[in-house]
Amino acid sequence: MNKILVVAEHDGKTLNASTARAVNCALAIGGEIDVAVFAVNASAVSTAAGKLKGVKRVLKVERAENAHQLAAVLAPQIAKLAKDYTHVLAPSTTFGKDLLPRAAALLGVQQVSDVMNVIDATTFERPMYAGNAIVTVKAPAAPCILATVRTASWQECGTGGTAEIVSVTTDAAVPAHTRFVGLKAEKSDRPDLQSAPRVVSGGRGVGSKENFAVIYKLADKLHAAVGASRAAVDAGFVSNDLQVGQTGKIIAPELYVAVGISGAIQHLTGIKDARTIVAINKDPDAPIFQVADIGLVGDLFQILPELEKELDEL
Amino acid sequence: MKILVGIKRVIDFSVRVQVKKDGSGVNTDGVKLSINPFDEIALEEALRIREKGMQAEVVAVSIGPAEVQQQLRTALAMGVDRAVLVETGEVLQPLMVARIFHELTKRENADLVILGKQAIDDDCNQTGQMLAALWDRPQATFASKVELKDKTLTVTREVDAGLETISVDLPAVVTTDLRLNTPRFVKMPDIMKARSKPLQTLKLDDLGVAKAPELEITNYAPPPQRVGGKKVADVPALISALKERGVL
Ligand SMILES: Cc1cc2nc3c(=O)[nH]c(=O)nc-3n(C[C@H](O)[C@H](O)[C@H](O)COP(=O)(O)OP(=O)(O)OC[C@H]3O[C@@H](n4cnc5c(N)ncnc54)[C@H](O)[C@@H]3O)c2cc1C
Repeated sequence: MNKILVVAEHDGKTLNASTARAVNCALAIGGEIDVAVFAVNASAVSTAAGKLKGVKRVLKVERAENAHQLAAVLAPQIAKLAKDYTHVLAPSTTFGKDLLPRAAALLGVQQVSDVMNVIDATTFERPMYAGNAIVTVKAPAAPCILATVRTASWQECGTGGTAEIVSVTTDAAVPAHTRFVGLKAEKSDRPDLQSAPRVVSGGRGVGSKENFAVIYKLADKLHAAVGASRAAVDAGFVSNDLQVGQTGKIIAPELYVAVGISGAIQHLTGIKDARTIVAINKDPDAPIFQVADIGLVGDLFQILPELEKELDEL
Repeated sequence: MKILVGIKRVIDFSVRVQVKKDGSGVNTDGVKLSINPFDEIALEEALRIREKGMQAEVVAVSIGPAEVQQQLRTALAMGVDRAVLVETGEVLQPLMVARIFHELTKRENADLVILGKQAIDDDCNQTGQMLAALWDRPQATFASKVELKDKTLTVTREVDAGLETISVDLPAVVTTDLRLNTPRFVKMPDIMKARSKPLQTLKLDDLGVAKAPELEITNYAPPPQRVGGKKVADVPALISALKERGVL
């Protein structure tokens, strides 16, 4: 039988929703599922992880060095724990992308990145070439399989589980050559870009940081998260955590509104799984219109205020 | 100080990649090939470290067929001191590439290895982390700012939550994100000058690197196509269309 270990992503206090998506992928593989929480004090996060449906046990791996989730510190511990598992999964977020390959190399395993679909316990589908090809890969079963889970391809698993919570220790030696200095997190009361059902994104066409106010206003009307193209981030209109695309966040909202975004391949990769794509762009030939379910050609500075007004009247 | 930079030849970012009908791969006939954009950023960063007055030798390394000499020549023209080609006709996966780089870090006595965070062909995002693991050294991935002081690197990383800063001891591995720098353009005279710079070829088989386990790719398929293209005339029509689709 498969024994699957899912590495929890968290900030020390709350469990990140990407964990529940990775658990859903584990359910698709099938077998016994454990979740590992690496922290100084893992209690709160473990309680949350224990409620995820399908999880058998939560492993609390507590030690002082685990305070900042550094890959160099966690990877040797994961490599030790992996001995008891057929699969180790982590979400394909910056956390999981940084961490899991390091553990894979310690185990001599070629990792599978960005699993979007499970064919069987050793065969998976994953995207390549900015999502322009979907490949089927078969991973050697021994010593075990390490994979990151493309979160946009998986819903969060349900809750209501009653996993057993156990403390484990590993004798892994962890290095001191890597030190956490600080995190500059962009504080926002808006919905989280990676899990929001609605997203409004602005591109270079928005023109400036000040002009981005029109994007925020529309997002507020729609209770949507705010995203951006790379060009908008590079130009300093918004911070890097809002970038959507091949090298930013891959998202799958119910509604994606692209405003002043041309629709480069690298951007489209990030939104392919959105249920409805709306494009607002003054260039009728912009490539974004080829994928948009609803396109509106025109000047965003005229359209957005009008749209807000109409939404108010609903 | 010695800096190794990895460069991979990939299908150019502007090409819309097409899957072959028989599912055996993607079309590469007549398709433009370039240095992976993240690797150009890695090259640029290494050059900037040297240009800040640090005594450093910058060595560009590529693994691939003899033709990647062309990309190594570009790296030489950008300003790297010398280039190494590890010649192989095989398409290698990240663990094997990391093993080869690990062997080179030992041979070259490297202090810093700068790689792109991902190659835009396989989009794996693994090699730097794997190299750091095998080398038992720090990794600073997704870097958007790198500062070197004495034997310590302070690196700002682009993470989902914002910007994280870590401090790591050399030797170390850095992987680049897009906003680390804007790579310089190569000028004609530099290309001429680069012709006399050393480019060494090593045969992969001569390196003595044990073959790494691999994933077997059994099929390539095109992604499901979105059927978009519908346009509406004005804002009220947009609202109706949204209602029709049940999103409002
Ligand atoms: C390796 C690599 C990785 C990349 N990764 C990403 C990524 O993750 N995410 C990403 O987004 N990009 C990424 N890119 C960049 C990508 O190729 C494009 O350059 C970028 O997406 C363009 O952003 P944009 O659409 O905002 O800008 P542009 O392409 O300049 O488009 C601006 C659009 O705004 C429209 N416009 C202008 N004014 C108005 C107005 N008043 N009203 C309405 N419309 C207007 C224009 O018609 C135009 O279509 C990557 C590129 C590379 C090489």
